[in-house]
Amino acid sequence: MAESSPVDDSSIASEVAPLLTFTGVSKRFPDGTTALDGVDISVAPGEFVSVIGPSGCGKSTLLRIASDLTRASAGSVDVQTRKIGYVFQDPTLLPWRTVQGNVELFAELRHLPKAERRRRADAAIALVGLSEFARHRPRALSGGMRMRVSLARSLTLQPELFLFDEPFGALDEIARERLNDELLQLYLTQRFTALFVTHSVNEAVFMSTRVLVMSGRPGRVLADFAVPFEYPRPPRLRFDERFARLAGQVSARLRKGGG
Amino acid sequence: MSIDTDLTGPDEAVARGPIEATSRVAPGGRGRWLASWGPPAALFVASIAVWYGVSYLLLDPRRRFLVPPPHDVIQVSFLDPFNLRELLSALWLSTRVAFTGLAISIVLGLALAVAMSRAKWIERSVYPYAVLTQTIPILAMVPLFGFWFGFGNFSRVLVVVLFCIFPIIANTLFGLQSVNQEHHDLFTLHGAGRLTRLWKLQFPTALPSIFTGLRIAAGLAVIGAIVADFFFKQGEPGIGILIDRYQSRLQSEQMVGAIILSSLLGIVVFWFFGFLARRVVGGWHESAGGLDTESN
Repeated sequence: MAESSPVDDSSIASEVAPLLTFTGVSKRFPDGTTALDGVDISVAPGEFVSVIGPSGCGKSTLLRIASDLTRASAGSVDVQTRKIGYVFQDPTLLPWRTVQGNVELFAELRHLPKAERRRRADAAIALVGLSEFARHRPRALSGGMRMRVSLARSLTLQPELFLFDEPFGALDEIARERLNDELLQLYLTQRFTALFVTHSVNEAVFMSTRVLVMSGRPGRVLADFAVPFEYPRPPRLRFDERFARLAGQVSARLRKGGG
Repeated sequence: MSIDTDLTGPDEAVARGPIEATSRVAPGGRGRWLASWGPPAALFVASIAVWYGVSYLLLDPRRRFLVPPPHDVIQVSFLDPFNLRELLSALWLSTRVAFTGLAISIVLGLALAVAMSRAKWIERSVYPYAVLTQTIPILAMVPLFGFWFGFGNFSRVLVVVLFCIFPIIANTLFGLQSVNQEHHDLFTLHGAGRLTRLWKLQFPTALPSIFTGLRIAAGLAVIGAIVADFFFKQGEPGIGILIDRYQSRLQSEQMVGAIILSSLLGIVVFWFFGFLARRVVGGWHESAGGLDTESN
């Protein structure tokens, strides 16, 4: 069970029905490994919740279950929206399509009319600042730009719940911080709810309203830290003393591990 | 600590992309041209020299017909109008056979590979027989086809199909199955059906390997057409029959001429599919380029 966080925060309205609720969710794979073991998570609309934990603790499985790509072996999952965005660690762009074509893909798969597809893609590409690269193929872009394309692609469907699976894990520090800033900007303007899986404590604390710490396999939620900083969060927040203290606490909990 | 919140677009973007693309063209076109065409040209000249050497220095004049010098080959095979017409009409027949067989193999091979990628049981039942087309001694089968189906073009086309369908099936199937899981997840998340998935994801992913298969198959189709012809020894003459005929009459100049022509046909076909591959997938896939790495 999750222990209460050192930084208590009761400001998040508890009367709003959660957008995503996991109750005692477990996942065992056919090969016998247990990825998740009795996970309880509740995400209210508008929250930005990060999940951090050691490799192989089932963080990705959590997202796969939330998006219905995988079924839970036990427990119940309740997702109050069908408008789900999912961003993988790999940008998963189609190399034969241009940026424009890639961003239009989801709307295309959902059979939206061509003009509407175009309009949404144009808007999404502009949102991530890639308008002048709309006709480029992915291989002409840097890693950070590809990730922006991947974000834009999901934005076209105006998701209410955004699932992020270590989206910036493969990027260098500078690109990662810049994309953190940009994603937060999108979070504020597009008003989605986010479940964000990451390896980086700093990233988790910088982005989120809450940080969940998970144990190693089988994954359980060990701690739930509320992050009290106001949005918009300036990049210099990363050098703030309170930020460092909170990151330190999350880190310590992560190191202590299960038990 | 003067980082501000300003969220201006992708500066890194400006530093990459177009600039990188232009700077790659920089090293002079002439030097590159020489670097890519020089070595094969030199080797060509050297081979001709060796050829002359063997004809004139190694062989006794009475036995020179075994390796006729290049200019004799050109003189007899290509400059004599009668001989040339004979060669060209045979080449035309072999080309038609090769292309018909190749076209059938492409349609059949792609269809089989798609079916195999759809269902494991189809793959399990068809694949062993696809492999069989590679392992049975086709040369031994050729006369048999003659008995069964006659010595017309039907049998020759059949031999071509047997020769070249396997690389198409194998490479297409490999390509269709090499879609990564996350791409599949993406399509699943957005409710894509099997046909959409095949057409918009698997097929484009498979294109580079399909082209690899086509290039191999194209070369084999030419060989298949000539081999069938060569072994049938009857019916309307293609290149294979001519080679056989020249051999028995000791017309070595024309024999070498026929070999040169059929090799050229193979090269042209191979090159054509390479060219097609570059046009279709060269913009986004590395493997498509031949010697050059032109992109975009």
